[in-house]
Amino acid sequence: MNWLREWMMPLQASEHAAKVDNLYVFILLLTSAFFVLIVYLTVLFAWKYKRRKEGVLTINFQHNLALELVWSIIPLMIVIGIFFWSFNDYAAANVAPNDALEIHVTGKKWNWTFEYPDGTRSIRSLHVPVNKPIRLIMTSEDVLHAFFIPALRIKQDVIPGRYVDLNFTATVAGKHQVFCAEYCGRDHSGMLGDLFVDSPAKYAEWLEKGDEELYKMKPADLGKMVWEMKGCNSCHTIDGSKGEGPSFKGLFGRTEKFKDGSTAVADENYIRESILNPQAKVVAGYEPVMPTFQGLLREIEIKGVIAYIKELK
Amino acid sequence: MADTVATPKAHGHGEHHDVDYLHDGSLLSWMTTVDHKKLGVMYLWSVLFMFFLGGVFALLIRMELFSSDPSKAMMDAQTYNKVFTLHGAIMVFLFIIPSIPAALGNFVLPIMLGAKDVAFPRLNLASFWVYVTGALIAVTAMVTGGVDTGWTFYTPYSTTTDGSVALMTFAAFVLGFSSILTGVNFIATVHKLRAPGMGWFKMPLFVWGMYATAIIQVLATPVLAITLLLLIMERTFGVGVFDPKLGGDPVLFQHFFWFYSHPAVYIMILPGMAIISEVIPTMSQKTFFGYKATAFSSVAIAIVSFVVWGHHMFTSGQSQLAGAIFSFLTFLVGIPSAIKVFNWITTMYKGSISLEAPMLYALMFLILFGIGGLTGLFLGAMSVDIHLHDTYFVVAHFHYVMMGSTAIAFLAGLHYWWPKMFGRMYNESAARIAAVLVFIGFNTTFLPQFLLGSRGMPRRYYNYLPEFTFLHQVSTVGSWILALGFIIMAGYLFASLRKKFDAPANPWHGRSLEWQIASPPITHNFHEVPVVTAEPYDYYRPFEPSVKGHH
Repeated sequence: MNWLREWMMPLQASEHAAKVDNLYVFILLLTSAFFVLIVYLTVLFAWKYKRRKEGVLTINFQHNLALELVWSIIPLMIVIGIFFWSFNDYAAANVAPNDALEIHVTGKKWNWTFEYPDGTRSIRSLHVPVNKPIRLIMTSEDVLHAFFIPALRIKQDVIPGRYVDLNFTATVAGKHQVFCAEYCGRDHSGMLGDLFVDSPAKYAEWLEKGDEELYKMKPADLGKMVWEMKGCNSCHTIDGSKGEGPSFKGLFGRTEKFKDGSTAVADENYIRESILNPQAKVVAGYEPVMPTFQGLLREIEIKGVIAYIKELK
Repeated sequence: MADTVATPKAHGHGEHHDVDYLHDGSLLSWMTTVDHKKLGVMYLWSVLFMFFLGGVFALLIRMELFSSDPSKAMMDAQTYNKVFTLHGAIMVFLFIIPSIPAALGNFVLPIMLGAKDVAFPRLNLASFWVYVTGALIAVTAMVTGGVDTGWTFYTPYSTTTDGSVALMTFAAFVLGFSSILTGVNFIATVHKLRAPGMGWFKMPLFVWGMYATAIIQVLATPVLAITLLLLIMERTFGVGVFDPKLGGDPVLFQHFFWFYSHPAVYIMILPGMAIISEVIPTMSQKTFFGYKATAFSSVAIAIVSFVVWGHHMFTSGQSQLAGAIFSFLTFLVGIPSAIKVFNWITTMYKGSISLEAPMLYALMFLILFGIGGLTGLFLGAMSVDIHLHDTYFVVAHFHYVMMGSTAIAFLAGLHYWWPKMFGRMYNESAARIAAVLVFIGFNTTFLPQFLLGSRGMPRRYYNYLPEFTFLHQVSTVGSWILALGFIIMAGYLFASLRKKFDAPANPWHGRSLEWQIASPPITHNFHEVPVVTAEPYDYYRPFEPSVKGHH
């Protein structure tokens, strides 16, 4: 029955997908048999008992207990069997092992955003290592969406104001389609994404390098995103007002005075040093409270922050 | 207003009342009539117009989906979203729900019981004008901004999007009352106005089906009304019920909505089954097999239908246990439907089967309902449903049930009772050609959609991936064949109305009471109160009329 499955269903990219397909094909064959029976009897009777003479009386056949029991009990047994089969597979697919890799998914008209445990973010592309249990923790920022990966036979509505789980273990490396399956307005049909199932090495390499979207962004825009996402904004304002740390506004090119009395012009190297080794030069009037971002930011993100500060004249 | 129809008179033998109901009264008297037959006819033209309107939107949807190439788009995404919303809302609220009960049921049900009218004729008139009011509000909503929420009005999209959502929702609210009033009227009529001798188990199965439908209409529709009011309150006054930003819960809306709308599926399908239960024994001249099983299974379906709503929500984030219970009950509700199918088929066994138009539609129903019902097994099975939910598989499934079954049964009923309603026969050959085109067109449109859905094509998509193009194009071509079938049908039905009365009282040799009076009936239906002695389908013995003194 492989040809039937391959014709009707997308590629199988997980063991769960194979289980779903087995039940699908089983129900297909079963219902086809019943359908053939219905059509056969309908056509047979319509043809065989076609009216040949007007005004004839027909037989009085109103009951047959055996027949009625058979066609009630057999379907009942079959559907109860299907229920248990399907519930079993459904329940198994909803259990996340303890070592599952947790990735946060956010739906917002009309994009998917993904956040990985190390803080990496990606838009529209979800990267996961092959054969590793994944637990998606999903929410929406506006209306309902649904995260649907046909190759894995999984789907879950994404709800604003609530977290919902989706668990899977992809076993086939490659690129798989992601759809939004809950109607969400104008670009609902454009709210697509790609699931990249990579070898562990390739996944690690991707995490190291960051999402390809980062490389397409204007450096200052990327810097602004880092300022928001990495918490810079909790201490450094961009409007000149005083926070826990100096404001970014007008910072670039300014001559800063430090606690030890020395001074320096805030250039690219100064900013880089302040991010990676913030205690080296502490501006006078501020406490040495900034943590180091060594290992937390990629080179491209540091460049982005520098570009962003340059823009805040 | 002084219509004497509602006034009980033992022997209404006045000259006036011997006139057929179609020629009895001016246009104004039609507008204010309390005659169930005239109201049935007015409902019929209304729902047929709505079917035409919803059908035009359906053709537009299929046209747009003919190509995935954006440069060949007929309309933009926003327009498309409004078009599919209107298609769904019109077909569900303005066509399918009122189609069989309000149009055909209104006409036939009192006659089948041997009554002069329904129990509350003025309520019946009110129900019709409430329907018209709801329809006008819906049209106003369409032309003042339109609605792009889908017919399900899911929150928080529906409370945050632009357009006339509140007005459209209000239209559905008003239409609900029309539905409730019809339901109340039918329940009272069945209980109180059965002719002497018409015991519960001498009622034609059509009446049983209408009765079960009416129970759901009366019990479930108020829940929709409350839900839609809450939606309007939230949208208009910012009362937080469903939007999490206002402290509400969007999934709650789905529970409320489906608590009505799943039983509503049975408001739509039970009347279809009721017609088939009438057409098959008459056209086969054969006693109904399993009368009581079919009558009780209608009522069983009506009851169980209230506790399966959660099967629309397997992916919504409801608890797994709730999902399992809903899945189990969903499988159970399939059994009475399966029993009915076997009963209908067995009824044909050793019959004397006429293959005229009503029977062709009934046979079509058996096949299409077979597909619609059996594909429900895929969707009741939780693990499989997770994959198929919100894909074209679901679209195909419910079109096989709503259109392939209910609308086809409606056509069976329309062709079956057309001679009775209008006193004219339509062209039988044209009717057969149209039936074949409808059958081919319908399957060409919707069979490919099962495959689209299995392969992962989500529903409500303005655009699609190139790999889905071929199946979408087959589906669109199917919609043209279907449209052609309907154009031919409109042609021969209208043509028949231009003729003089030529229909015999009993063209199909039926035995229920409506076949024992004139075509078209007189205003009072019966000259004398009928006394029922025979079973509705006792085709095994010589005919024994219950109605005395007809022409």
